[in-house]
Amino acid sequence: MNLTLKIWRQKDAAAKGKIQTYQLGGVDPDMSFLEMLDVLNEDLVNKGEDPVVFDHDCREGICGTCSLQINGEPHGPDRGITTCQLHMRKFKDGDTIVIEPFRAKAFPVLKDLVVDRSAFERIQQAGGYISVNTSGTTQDANAIPIPKEDADAAFFSASCIGCGACVAACKNASAMLFTSAKVSQMALLPQGRVEASTRVLAMVEQMDKEGFGNCTNTGACEIECPKGISLENIARMNREYMKASVG
Amino acid sequence: MGNLDSKIPKGPLADKWTNHKNDINLVNPANKRNIDVIMVGTGLAGGSAAATLAELGYNVKTFCYQDSPRRAHSIAAQGGINAAKNYQGDGDSNYRLFYDTIKGGDYRSREANVYRLAEVSANIIDQCVAQGVPFAREYGGLLDNRSFGGVLVSRTFYAKGQTGQQLLLGCYSAMNRQINRGKITSYTRHEMLDLVIVGGKARGIIARNLVTGEIERHSAHAVVIASGGYGNVFFLSTNAMGSNVTAAWKVHKKGAYFANPCFTQIHPTCIPVSGDHQSKLTLMSESLRNDGRIWVPKKLEDAKAIREGRLKPTELKEEDRDYYLERRYPAFGNLVPRDVASRAAKERCDAGFGVNKTGEAVYLDFSAAFLRYGKETANTQHLENPTEQQIIELGKAVVEAKYGNLFQMYEKIVDQNPYETPMMIYPAVHYTMGGIWVDYNLQTTIPGCFATGEANFSDHGANRLGASALMQGLADGYFVLPYTIGNYLASDIRTGKIPTDSPEFDQAEKAVREKLERFINNKGTRSVDHFHKRLGKIMWDKVGMSRNAPHLQEAVAEIKALREEFWQDVKVPGGLNEMNPELEKAARVADFLELGELFAKDALHRNESCGGHFREEYQTEEGEALRDDENFMYVAAWEFTGEPGDAILHKEDLIYENIEVKARSYK
Ligand SMILES: Cc1cc2nc3c(=O)[nH]c(=O)nc-3n(C[C@H](O)[C@H](O)[C@H](O)COP(=O)(O)OP(=O)(O)OC[C@H]3O[C@@H](n4cnc5c(N)ncnc54)[C@H](O)[C@@H]3O)c2cc1C
Ligand code: SF4
Ligand code: FES
Repeated sequence: MNLTLKIWRQKDAAAKGKIQTYQLGGVDPDMSFLEMLDVLNEDLVNKGEDPVVFDHDCREGICGTCSLQINGEPHGPDRGITTCQLHMRKFKDGDTIVIEPFRAKAFPVLKDLVVDRSAFERIQQAGGYISVNTSGTTQDANAIPIPKEDADAAFFSASCIGCGACVAACKNASAMLFTSAKVSQMALLPQGRVEASTRVLAMVEQMDKEGFGNCTNTGACEIECPKGISLENIARMNREYMKASVG
Repeated sequence: MGNLDSKIPKGPLADKWTNHKNDINLVNPANKRNIDVIMVGTGLAGGSAAATLAELGYNVKTFCYQDSPRRAHSIAAQGGINAAKNYQGDGDSNYRLFYDTIKGGDYRSREANVYRLAEVSANIIDQCVAQGVPFAREYGGLLDNRSFGGVLVSRTFYAKGQTGQQLLLGCYSAMNRQINRGKITSYTRHEMLDLVIVGGKARGIIARNLVTGEIERHSAHAVVIASGGYGNVFFLSTNAMGSNVTAAWKVHKKGAYFANPCFTQIHPTCIPVSGDHQSKLTLMSESLRNDGRIWVPKKLEDAKAIREGRLKPTELKEEDRDYYLERRYPAFGNLVPRDVASRAAKERCDAGFGVNKTGEAVYLDFSAAFLRYGKETANTQHLENPTEQQIIELGKAVVEAKYGNLFQMYEKIVDQNPYETPMMIYPAVHYTMGGIWVDYNLQTTIPGCFATGEANFSDHGANRLGASALMQGLADGYFVLPYTIGNYLASDIRTGKIPTDSPEFDQAEKAVREKLERFINNKGTRSVDHFHKRLGKIMWDKVGMSRNAPHLQEAVAEIKALREEFWQDVKVPGGLNEMNPELEKAARVADFLELGELFAKDALHRNESCGGHFREEYQTEEGEALRDDENFMYVAAWEFTGEPGDAILHKEDLIYENIEVKARSYK
């Protein structure tokens, strides 16, 4: 396949960025999107140009590192996947593909396609945990039976990979889907109930402080989320928040 | 003669750890506040250790190259984590977990360490559940289990195919609590590039800020290396793209012995290589072998027809299929350990029975499981006379609930629906059992420098059984290192802050800077990946799934020559003081090019077949691995002396007092 790639290039956080156009041939439909970029970069290095910097690590859809806006959609056209799981067979010979970083005020661009998502970390650090001593002196695991439905629901919320696609997809750059997934996981488990109120208040406060926008129930986040994190989490977080604010 | 002191406590096996803990010097809480610990790596091993050390009161600085600790490679672990809980009542015990692990490791691991691992394994599950890890549960609300290769009990705890993710998130939440308290400072997008030794003790590291390019000095009273495994020396592996040997190799060059580098696990159930563009290989969890049956065609002409697309696997009659694992190993069948399953697949493919275009794939077939589960569901739902199609659909739903994300991952990569046609799998490099040599306290041969998780060599022997790496990482991090490091730090309570303006720091920083500048200023013509791929090819062809002396000798020479060419001809664009992934890769590949040679040298000296190390010269008539306990029942620990090829061999004899050393049989 032959492709025209329009890629955002930006030297560093302070620099002004711009779209640059590249022609790339010899793309195999079995390649992943990131492997296609590897091929481009190999070309650029051989030509003595600076390769395009992008974030990636596991390349199997679980670490949440890869984060590209492809033709205006986080992680590209396919549903339920990350960029590293996107394959070139989803494109056609002769296509033009626009590749940009995730855009959000709370995610400043560091270089080219790499953004700083550490705001997510600070939200979790504000209270996204269960305060338990890690020395192994807890009770037997089966002493806390959990209905399978609750355990499964907590697992589904916990499967958020912190990629930030929800933020990039949202016209308000809201972090509600991410934050609510983290709040929900622990709110659904008996172990997490004890601190549920302080947790949701602290995490929401931090989320607001980081400069994410508000949720206006558009639902774009859910559509673009590679892990199918559902809007129910946002509803649950809102309930938790109301309860905590009132109580 | 063995001459390495592993510091194994005296006394009966089952009491060693308890007695040792009772003997350990404690640091009083007020003094812990004056002690700093550096943790290089925040995967399960480093993250759990960091959280616990901070909980105890030490000041911890964590480092990782990703933008968040939660993205460490541990996140990718799929199948599960073992623990001797015996919740299923199928006869599990500490001793049985210990026994399976020693046997699985082909009698090349340390008894005392493995027993301790089995002993604390049950606590891990309690700990993780308390932290909110959503393990799979039964309808009654209790924890569910499954089984993995190499064992006959069901002791693996799991969270769908995302166990590593859930454990790491649990561990990261424990870290977050300590970050919030100010007890952990988390340095993300930072890479450790050297160890600093002051007065014979590890006292700090040199790290590069990967965003600004700044080279930084960090001091501490002890340094822990938890930087994961080095499977990426093969270029293609199941490891994350950034996984590397740099931290481990740098401490090796500063005096830490490197043990058993050639013990590499090749995992039998990975998605086969499809083309030259490929950057990594993807694992399909071994748990699939609980329900999938592995086969190739019985007849060469059928295999050929399948390869050429003239015949579909689903069209091949039952009697024309060779379920070669069930045939060769009736007791364990598809659940033989990884090394055995991998070699058996290679043997069939080498003999011409491979089923994909390249001839390097076998089938993993779920059709029998669809029927089995379907019938079960039909019964529990009291369906009357269901059609075969209905049964299959019901069965597919059960399989989907168990492994849905793995099936989806497969379909995305291969573009075939594994519910309709059997999966294709082939072995790939997965996990490294070798690593930095540590004693029972997890201390390396450098005082004050510890190593944990996949970065150390200690518990797995020559082959790791499934679901035991996660167990080891968390056991070491939550329950072992926090004690043993205290014993060391107890003598440091009066030391005070370690200054970073000493000549040792100056010198280490200067060396790091010069090396990086050399890359930037080199007027080479080839990219870093070009060299990495060539190294990987030598490693796979000559130091891969099976090895022989002539090939290994060639590999040693070729890697050395490639290293020289690399330093002459590598081209690294961009600058030092900016985000520069090519520079990061260059520094990592430089270390792989040194490790690779030691790896081949280690494989060459070990004249036996053992676990993940299969030497063609040493096999039984049936093609099974032939160990030589008489001459090789030791840990090979290499001391760096200037060139990887000149490393000096030290031996730690392995003494089995509690287990009878036998040939490993899964028949
Ligand atoms: C696909 C896959 C599936 C697996 N499934 C299972 C399973 O089901 N069960 C099981 O028991 N095991 C499994 N394993 C093995 C297991 O996941 C790993 O062995 C284990 O997670 C390693 O943990 P770790 O903490 O030692 O290292 P890692 O998780 O690899 O962490 C390494 C850390 O070190 C950091 N680091 C590395 N180098 C540097 C440096 N120079 N400077 C700073 N930081 C650095 C990284 O940023 C990272 O934080 C699987 C492995 C893979 C690849
Ligand atoms: S909610 Fe979905 S899109 Fe948002 S960070 Fe989590 S996985 Fe990514
Ligand atoms: S690289 Fe890990 S999710 Fe894409």
